[in-house]
Amino acid sequence: MGATEHISKAFEADLDTTRTRVLQMGGLVEAQILAAINAYATGSAELIAQVIENDARVNGYEVAIDGACNHIVVKRQPAASDLRLIMAISKIVTDLERMGDEAEKIARMAKGIHEHGAHHAQRFPAVRHAAQIAVKMLRQSLDAFARLDAASAAEVLKEDSAIDDEFRSVLRQLITYMMEDPRTITPALEIVWVAKAVERIGDHAKNVAEQVIYIVKGTDVRHTSFADVERELSKE
Amino acid sequence: MAAVSVASAVESRASAPQAVAKAEAKGLSFYYGDFRALKGLDLVVHEERVTALIGPSGCGKSTFLRCFNRMHDLYPGNRYEGEIRLYPDNTNLLAPGVDPIEVRMRLSMVFQKPNPFPKSIFENVAYGLRVRGERSRRALEDKVEAALRGASLWEEVKDRLKDLAFNLSGGQQQRLCIARALATDPELLLFDEPTSALDPIATASIEELITDLKKKITILIVTHNMQQAARVSDYTAYMYLGELIEFGRTDELFIKPKNKQTEDYITGRFG
Repeated sequence: MGATEHISKAFEADLDTTRTRVLQMGGLVEAQILAAINAYATGSAELIAQVIENDARVNGYEVAIDGACNHIVVKRQPAASDLRLIMAISKIVTDLERMGDEAEKIARMAKGIHEHGAHHAQRFPAVRHAAQIAVKMLRQSLDAFARLDAASAAEVLKEDSAIDDEFRSVLRQLITYMMEDPRTITPALEIVWVAKAVERIGDHAKNVAEQVIYIVKGTDVRHTSFADVERELSKE
Repeated sequence: MAAVSVASAVESRASAPQAVAKAEAKGLSFYYGDFRALKGLDLVVHEERVTALIGPSGCGKSTFLRCFNRMHDLYPGNRYEGEIRLYPDNTNLLAPGVDPIEVRMRLSMVFQKPNPFPKSIFENVAYGLRVRGERSRRALEDKVEAALRGASLWEEVKDRLKDLAFNLSGGQQQRLCIARALATDPELLLFDEPTSALDPIATASIEELITDLKKKITILIVTHNMQQAARVSDYTAYMYLGELIEFGRTDELFIKPKNKQTEDYITGRFG
């Protein structure tokens, strides 16, 4: 992590490869979420099939990266920033994999929603707006991971409440929608699931950002208020 | 299971009594002739805790350890500056008026390679007691047994106490040396890479022993094996070129060192 390299070139290479694979996995998950949201908006059968099929690749990354972490631990007994990196990666890939699952869930819901008519999905732009925030959070966490930038990771934590607000607003709208016409209940419930999946993606992106702060600062900021995180980061 | 151990870890830290200083180096410098091997070290050794000294070869960790029992006195041209205080009586071990023999009565040392005397197992352990004037056969037997038990060796040797110490395995010989060190009831045990000549099984039993011994004795250990430092010690000091670079709680130092040089050393970025 520091400017100096490990004496062992093989160790350096193992860490580099693992870091790169996390970023590749993150890129794939981001593409999956975008495709799923697109599928939700358009009902494209092709996109739906593609997201469902690609989830296996996401799972494959998780297993492979976790395996690589185990190998590094057993071969190198990493300490300090190396240890934090490996432990954090092992958690990050779990979050990425779950985001992949949420994307798949959205794709499956999209199919059901569009079977009831394309207009249902289009009525709730807040879902897509929340998804945009979630994707932005994921992108920024991955970027912070690549650059080991704790300040940028901390900004991601702040974004999460915006998604939660959107989610509540979607819920309110959907309740009204369902009350107006009970025939909309089935598609509306499916839209709730989509909104919930988006909200979960935001939570996972936040977890990734927290792990980046742990790697860089060595401080575990999970279950910590944003004010406390900021105070911790201002310490040198 | 994980939940229980985390809870007990949190609890044990919360209820752990504040560590008391057993010894303290104050502005300690040491010279081999003109060469300044230690450069003004300040370090507290906490009572009934294990303190590990780590650092690359030549950093001065063994030199530091040997200051405690005044081993450097044996060679002309060697010179100490500063103090090593032993508590609670606040004796400066390095003060000109303090007899090194008196100092060595209070501390014991265990070396890299097992170095039993060419005597029987019993006599190896009894030796220090005899030197201190213990004559009673009964007292000697009791203390030898207690020391051998303390070093987890009693069960293996109780029927062959008259055998030559050299007939023991390497790991047993090292535990015999620990028993010899324990027999005189030292306040501070100094270990200079005590397992570097041992196989992993013997190493594990010595480490287990160290963890056991710290309930009663303060331990200072030099080790090249960083995982060993992480496993057995409560505090770790990282030294480089005769200076103390970082000192802190072991679990913090190995996860979140404060100093870049420490970080580079423990992550293998530095030769």
